[in-house]
Amino acid sequence: MTRRLDVLVCSGAACVSSHSAAVRDALSREIDENGLSNEIRIVETGCMGPCELGPVMLVYPDGAFYIHVKPEDAAEIVQEHFLKGRPVKRLLWEDPEARRIVEGKKQIPFFAKQVKVVLRNCGRIDPENIEEYIAADGYEALGKALTQMARNEVIQVITDSGLRGRGGAGFPTGKKWQFVASATGETKYVVCNGDEGDPGAFMDRSLLEGDPHTVIEGMTIAAYAVGASRGYIYIRAEYPLAIKRLQIALGQARKMGLLGENILETGFSFDIEVRMGAGAFVCGEETALIASIEGERGIARVRPPYPAVRGLFGMPTLINNVETWGNIRHIVLNGADWFRSIGTERSPGTKVFALSGKVKNTGLVEIPMGMTLRELIFDIGGGIPNGKKFKAVQTGGPSGGCIPEKYLDTPIDYESLKELGAIMGSGGMIVMDEDNCMVNIAKFFLEFTSDESCGQCVPCRTGLPRMLDILKRITSGNGTMDDLDLLQHLGEMIIETSFCGLGKTAPNPVLSTLKYFEDEYREHIEEKKCRAKVCTDLIAYRIDEDACRACGICAVNCPVGAITGELGKPPYIIDEEACIRCGTCLEVCPFGAVHVLSGELCNQDKREGSK
Amino acid sequence: MTKVRVATVWFSGCAGCHMSFLDLDELLIDLAERIEIVKSPVVDTKEFPENVDVTLIEGAIANEEHYELVREIRERSKIVIAMGDCAVTGNVPAMRNGISVNELLEGVYGNERTTTGTIPNEVVPTLLARVRPVHEVIHVDYFLHGCPPPAAVIGKALLALLDGKTPELVGRDLKFG
Amino acid sequence: MKEILIRIDGKEVSAPAGSTILEVAKQQGIPIPTLCHLDGLSDIGACRMCIVDVGGKIVTSCTTKIAEGMEVITNSDRLAELRRLNLELIFAERNHVCSMCVSNNHCELQDLACDLGMQHVEVPYAYPRLSLDASHPKFIIDQNRCILCGRCVRVCAEVEGAHVWGIAGRGSEARVITELGIDWGDAEMCTDCGKCVQVCPTGAIVEKGKAAAEMEKHPELVTTLKERREND
Repeated sequence: MTRRLDVLVCSGAACVSSHSAAVRDALSREIDENGLSNEIRIVETGCMGPCELGPVMLVYPDGAFYIHVKPEDAAEIVQEHFLKGRPVKRLLWEDPEARRIVEGKKQIPFFAKQVKVVLRNCGRIDPENIEEYIAADGYEALGKALTQMARNEVIQVITDSGLRGRGGAGFPTGKKWQFVASATGETKYVVCNGDEGDPGAFMDRSLLEGDPHTVIEGMTIAAYAVGASRGYIYIRAEYPLAIKRLQIALGQARKMGLLGENILETGFSFDIEVRMGAGAFVCGEETALIASIEGERGIARVRPPYPAVRGLFGMPTLINNVETWGNIRHIVLNGADWFRSIGTERSPGTKVFALSGKVKNTGLVEIPMGMTLRELIFDIGGGIPNGKKFKAVQTGGPSGGCIPEKYLDTPIDYESLKELGAIMGSGGMIVMDEDNCMVNIAKFFLEFTSDESCGQCVPCRTGLPRMLDILKRITSGNGTMDDLDLLQHLGEMIIETSFCGLGKTAPNPVLSTLKYFEDEYREHIEEKKCRAKVCTDLIAYRIDEDACRACGICAVNCPVGAITGELGKPPYIIDEEACIRCGTCLEVCPFGAVHVLSGELCNQDKREGSK
Repeated sequence: MTKVRVATVWFSGCAGCHMSFLDLDELLIDLAERIEIVKSPVVDTKEFPENVDVTLIEGAIANEEHYELVREIRERSKIVIAMGDCAVTGNVPAMRNGISVNELLEGVYGNERTTTGTIPNEVVPTLLARVRPVHEVIHVDYFLHGCPPPAAVIGKALLALLDGKTPELVGRDLKFG
Repeated sequence: MKEILIRIDGKEVSAPAGSTILEVAKQQGIPIPTLCHLDGLSDIGACRMCIVDVGGKIVTSCTTKIAEGMEVITNSDRLAELRRLNLELIFAERNHVCSMCVSNNHCELQDLACDLGMQHVEVPYAYPRLSLDASHPKFIIDQNRCILCGRCVRVCAEVEGAHVWGIAGRGSEARVITELGIDWGDAEMCTDCGKCVQVCPTGAIVEKGKAAAEMEKHPELVTTLKERREND
């Protein structure tokens, strides 16, 4: 039976939450009703990337890329496109620059500059069907490793490839494998770190949901190379779809003899178990993750000994991040030279980023290392929406740093980002525009990390909340210039003396904003001004007497009844004491009469605790 | 020789630090030769004077009056010393900081255990939301630890300053409590 | 056992392989401040007071084993500053009111403040509202004075073998707990041995019936006990 069309419906978590399942059902009904079920197949795939545009779907072989599809569009798509061969133009991606409709996926700038290695199968195959994976060269690398390569040859190719840990620290993967291979222990373990805890990050989730076999294959190859017999995939319990698809994939792999006893009849045995994390950010730290798998409290352990020597249950353990595992089969199959042809000298290969924040095309992207931040944000991301001005980009998740505009031409690699006070991290990338207050941003991230500190060591457990106290003081207008020194000292001290990676990086958002946006801190302290008009203690809403038409809409919508006035008799007045600065009046005023002020009037003594 | 103008003030504390100051005993006689007490709980001056050389502050900053006054003191004093644990750390007065002011006043005044059953709101200054050590409000030059600081420590600090030296407070001089 | 040569504060010394930097420093009579460390208990590197400089990197001396050719600096201006700030953070975290404390004058935290010359706490105090559990017939645990050093947890597990103490919660919500967070008085595994009281460096775990400054502790008893057991 030959099929005429493959309809790939994205079922990544973002599209699922914008009701891709209903779209799939409607399409399938229409296809049945039109008697096309033998000609057209619907495939549910993993994340295709442009989450902002979901639900998205891709039609092969013509490559039409539909966005914002609703169930009620199904009939038109089937009638016009599938029956008559005329793609429904109103649902195709429109290039915002050229104002023209793009019919083929390859022409879409969001995709054009990406290089998909790890995410190659995401959005292309049905993650719940091992046969599709196998059809896309799946398990070929495992076969090659097991039958044609000696253990040390596998390690050698990984070492030669220059692959570095994609969890963020960038440790050479081959070296790690070598350590585990040469360590002695009656059992060895291979662990996949899928405890993706950064707010706004969904790289690992997307790969596990969209192509679970890639991770399983990578782990199995490693198990062979280092002599491990058991594997664990540690994944957040908040990722039920990824867990479900992993379980399906593991079952299928076992059934096909690709996992379990005597894999591919080579005598090599290895099996993988899924362990769910309870949502502690610190469990992404490898020793805390190990403690958690063992059933202990998830806190970091003393290193050395490193997990490679004494890890899970005291045995040599190889831990790599999901994305690192996703690279393995490609390197084994295509060789180290091929891998090194992508990316830079010291950071070869690609990196997956979860692009979010104030950028037109948010979503999942994979780029070659060495691409500049500007290319990523403006070419792939499409720049800043609503004509706003770019202010900063935060890389590396909650413990990354904020990079200002003047460094936008920095190539994305481990060293360059670190030099700027940021980190590669696991791949969070949050873009900020002029409406973001950098002090508030620093406060936001510190709130997260101080909440997620495990509580074991002093600098992280108690230093981060104190930094947060100082930031709160500043954003409420009670800061002093001495506070800036104190923040700097504390930040440096916490980085230098903390137990694990959480504390050693958590002050980055504060230190980097202090470095690049000190003027905003100064304004908060000296002028009691928040230029982005975000910090509610430093802003006030006013109604412009001349612009007000006394329609009363603001007063009706004010949730605390802080606006008074008489219909038809301008102006209405906001009671500043009662106002909670929610901004509703600003949104509802049809005449643009409501203004936000900061600094000019907020110079009254705002000391803590005067009331 | 002009005498060094010294002031002592008493914020939220128990007066124990002042008692310890008086425990300087015969040293007080020597000190009297060299210093003039221009303001103190035991001196009858209403205003905090100008041009004070050294001010010793006992007690934490607990209410609006303390908050205003301590800033005035900073402006009018060359050297400010936080004297005793309340001034240095908040100590006992700050033990109320985990409790909101309303809850606190309600608990103390707002029930049948009190004579009037009403929360005082006239004459007495408004309480700050949190009791704070002096250095959180103004710059402090030296810190005398202890509850109270031993007379010897107060004497050591004062004599050093009178000789134009930096008080060397080390080891057990720095013991809290 | 194999001897290893290291340089500590410029002085070349040899010590058995497997020794920690702290152990070597102690043998050499070089003082390093400690808080969560206690001879006889395992080391967890929680308090960060015993940090030293190894080739420009800051590490905790209690958990770092010596290695051939290691260059250790135990005291420098930077180390003193880091330790002092660390100590300030401990003081600011909970409600350490020395004058009111039964362990006044006999407190390792208080002593450290003197030893390290802590003039005042520059970081803002947290002043949390914390609980006190006096349900045990003989002892009290006052969270206001706990510094989460974990000595109680370790002594109970490693020496007494009762595993009554644990730590629950994360970040600033972390608390020492008895059994699974029940009142100490209801903790059936507790043998009432009082080792946790003796090793607690502050006035957090204390005997009942003591007034301010009356609680004297003897953590060295646990050290001796452990040594005797090992020698038996």
